[in-house]
Amino acid sequence: MSLTAQDAQLLITGGLIIDPVQRTQRVADILIRDGKIVAIDENIPAQAKLRGKVPTIDAAGLVVAPGLVDMHVHLREPGFEYKETIATGTRAAVAGGVTSVACMANTKPVNDCPSVTRYILERAKAAQLARVHPIGAVSVSLAGEQLAEFAGMHEAGIVAVSDDGMPVMDAELMRRALECAKMFDIPVIDHAEDKTLAAGGVMHEGAMSLRLGLRGVPAAAEDVMVARDVALAGLAKGHLHIAHISSAGALETVRQARSAGIHVTAEVSPHHLWLTDAAVEGYNTNAKMNPPLRTEEDRQALRAALADGTIDVVATDHAPHHKDEKDVEFDQAAHGVVGLETLLPLTLRLVHDGLLDLPTAIAKITSEPARILRLAAGRLEVGVPADLVVIDPDHEWVVSSESLLSKSKNTAFDGWKMRGRALVTLVDGRIVHDLRPNGVAAAR
Amino acid sequence: MFERRHLLGLEGVSAAEIAFLLDTAESFKEVSEREIKKVPTLRGRTVVNLFYENSTRTRTSFEIAAKRLSADTINLSASSSSAQKGETLTDTARNLAAMRPDAIIVRHPSAGAPHLLARHVDCPIINGGDGAHEHPTQALLDLLTIRSHKGQIAGLTVAIVGDLLHSRVARSNLFGLRTMGARVRFVGPPTLVPPEFADLGAELVNDLHEGLRDADVIMMLRIQRERMNGRYFSSLDEYSRLYCLSGEAVAKARKDVIILHPGPMNRGVEISSTVADGPYSVIMDQVTNGVAVRMAALYVLVGRRREIESAGEDAVNEPVPLRRAAAAE
Repeated sequence: MSLTAQDAQLLITGGLIIDPVQRTQRVADILIRDGKIVAIDENIPAQAKLRGKVPTIDAAGLVVAPGLVDMHVHLREPGFEYKETIATGTRAAVAGGVTSVACMANTKPVNDCPSVTRYILERAKAAQLARVHPIGAVSVSLAGEQLAEFAGMHEAGIVAVSDDGMPVMDAELMRRALECAKMFDIPVIDHAEDKTLAAGGVMHEGAMSLRLGLRGVPAAAEDVMVARDVALAGLAKGHLHIAHISSAGALETVRQARSAGIHVTAEVSPHHLWLTDAAVEGYNTNAKMNPPLRTEEDRQALRAALADGTIDVVATDHAPHHKDEKDVEFDQAAHGVVGLETLLPLTLRLVHDGLLDLPTAIAKITSEPARILRLAAGRLEVGVPADLVVIDPDHEWVVSSESLLSKSKNTAFDGWKMRGRALVTLVDGRIVHDLRPNGVAAAR
Repeated sequence: MFERRHLLGLEGVSAAEIAFLLDTAESFKEVSEREIKKVPTLRGRTVVNLFYENSTRTRTSFEIAAKRLSADTINLSASSSSAQKGETLTDTARNLAAMRPDAIIVRHPSAGAPHLLARHVDCPIINGGDGAHEHPTQALLDLLTIRSHKGQIAGLTVAIVGDLLHSRVARSNLFGLRTMGARVRFVGPPTLVPPEFADLGAELVNDLHEGLRDADVIMMLRIQRERMNGRYFSSLDEYSRLYCLSGEAVAKARKDVIILHPGPMNRGVEISSTVADGPYSVIMDQVTNGVAVRMAALYVLVGRRREIESAGEDAVNEPVPLRRAAAAE
C-alpha cells in the first residue's frame, strides 16, 4: 500500500509526543512527508494551512512514540516456518507497535554467513512490515568451535553477533568474538548460561523445582557466565550485551563491571519482570523458558535494576513454538514464549506501577535498544524516518492466545488484563497497523 | 471423603482425605485373605496400566488390585505402545480415552506427565510414579503400614534416608506424613538433600546416625546405581560406607522402630541383609498393603464415584465399601 506522491503527507495531531532520547513529553502535532518526519510543532495544521487537506490521525488523548525496537526476537525463518515466518512475525510486531526487530541467528540454516543474512533481509523487504535487523552467529552452526564470518555478515547487514540459545562455553572463543566484533562496532550478545551447571535443568532450581520434581537450573549457571564474560569484555575491550538477564547475582556483576568501566549493557524480558517460577505450577509449559523464571527476589532485583539503569532495555525474546511442542511433558516442551504483541502494555504497566516515568519506559523499548545496536531507529525528531506508534494508553483489553497474530500462540500472559495498546503503527510513514474504527480508510 | 477426580499426588490432599483412603484400604485387606480373592465391585470396568518406565512391583500390585475388584485390566508398556513409534503422550492418551477405560494408571519418567494426561482424558488418572515428583499410592501404603504398626501417625518421627533429590517416594511421603502430623527427617549427603527441602517441611540431616536418633520409623530409599556416577557421590562403595543401614545404625533409633523400603532393595548398598530380614523390617507388610491401598484408590475413584453419581448424596456417606460388595457376592 505505497502512497502516491500526492498522498505522501500525514498529520498526527494533538498527541502526547514522547522523546525518549531527551526523556521529555509534550503535546504537539507531527507532519510526515515522503516517509520522514518533517515537522514537530504546536498547531501545524493552522500554520501550514493543511487542515482538511492532509490525511490526519487525531491523537488527542493519545501518546505518540517512536516505533518500538525489540532487540531480541526469533523470527524462525528460514527453517522453522511452521513456528513463525518473517511475514507473520513482523505482522505481530507492528500489531504490538514494534517497528524494528533484531532477529536471532538460530534458524536452519543458521545465520552464520552472508547469504543467510541477505535471505532474511530479502524476506523482510517482501513482507513490508517492520524493519528487520539480522543478528549473526558468533560461531559456525552455533557449534561454539569456530568464529562465523563476521565481516561478510556485517557487510550484508547484521547488527550484532550472538549464539543465543547456545551459550559460548569456550572462553577463548568468546574472547576472540569480543575482539573481532570491535572491528565492526557491533556488540556480542551473550546468552549467559553455564551448560555444565544447567545440566539439563528445565526450570529454576529452588523450592518450586523440588516440589514439582523437575530438574532445576541454579541461578549460579547465569551468574558464573556473566562474571566470566564481563571479565572477557574487559580483556578484549569489546562491547558485551547480556541478553535476558534474570538473576540478582548477574545484576550485581553488571553493576560492578560498569563502575570498572567495562562496556556492558543488559536487557530483561517482560516475562522475567512479571512472572516467577510459581507460574510453572501445574506443569504449565508456557512458563518454561531459558533462562527460567526465577524467584520473587530475583524479579524485584530486576525491576530495581531497570529503574536504576543497570538494565538498559526491555526485549521480548519472542520465541514462537508450535502447539505440539508445548502440549507435551514439561521435560520435553520447547523453551520460550511469544512476546511481540504484549511488549508495549507490559512495559506501560511499569509506568502504572510507578516504577518508571513514561519517557523512561518508552526509552527502554526504543532509543536504548537502538543505541546498543547502533540503529537510526528509536528517535522522534525532524528528519528521521516516520517509524511511529500511536498508543491508546487507556485502552483496556485481555490477552487471548488465539487472537495473537503471531503464527504461534505460546504466550505466558493468556487471560491477562492489559491497559494500553498500539492503536496505529507507521513504518516509513506508511500505516502498517490500525485499530481505529474505520482505521485505514479514515487516514487516507 | 475423597471427592477428587484423580489421584495425582498427596500434596494438598487433606488429613481427612488421606484417613478416608487408609480406612478404605484397611477394609479391603480382608479380601486378600480370602480363599476366593475377588469382589465384584468393579465388574465390567476397564483399568489401563500405562507404564513408560520399568516396574514390576507397582504394576503387578495395581493389576492384582484391579483384578481382585473384578475389573478388566490392560497393561501397556512403553516398549509395546506407540511411544516407540514416536506417538506423543497426549495422542496415546486420547486414543486410549476413545476406548472408554474407567481409569488409567500411569507411570512416566517425566514429572507432571499424569497431569498432562488428566487434561486430555475424561477418566480418572492414578499417578503410578512421575519422574522425581510423586508416587502417591506408594506413600499411602507406607502410611497404612506405619499406622497399622504404630496405631497412629501423628507425633511420630520418620527418617527417610538416601537419594532424596531424585525420589518421588520421598516427596509423596513428606507431603502425606506432614499432613498426618509426623515429623520428617531427610537424611543423606548434601548432594542429594538440597537445602530447599526445608521449605517443604523436612528437617535435613547429613549424618546417618544423627538422622536416625529416636526415630520411630526408618524409610530407606533405593539408590540408583546409574546415579552414583562420581557426580553426586564418588562411588557406590563410598555411599554405603556412610549410609548403609546396619544394625549399629538402627540402634540409634527407638527400640520399637520399624524399617520400610519401597523396593527393589540393593542389599549391602543402602541396607544390610541383617536389617532387611531382621525383626524391625516391615517390608513385606508394605507389599501386602500395597494391594489394599490400590484397591482403595480404584474403588474410591472408579466404583464409588459411579455409586455417587447414580445414587445421589446418600451414597457419599456410605463408609464401608465391602459390606455391599460382600453382600453382592
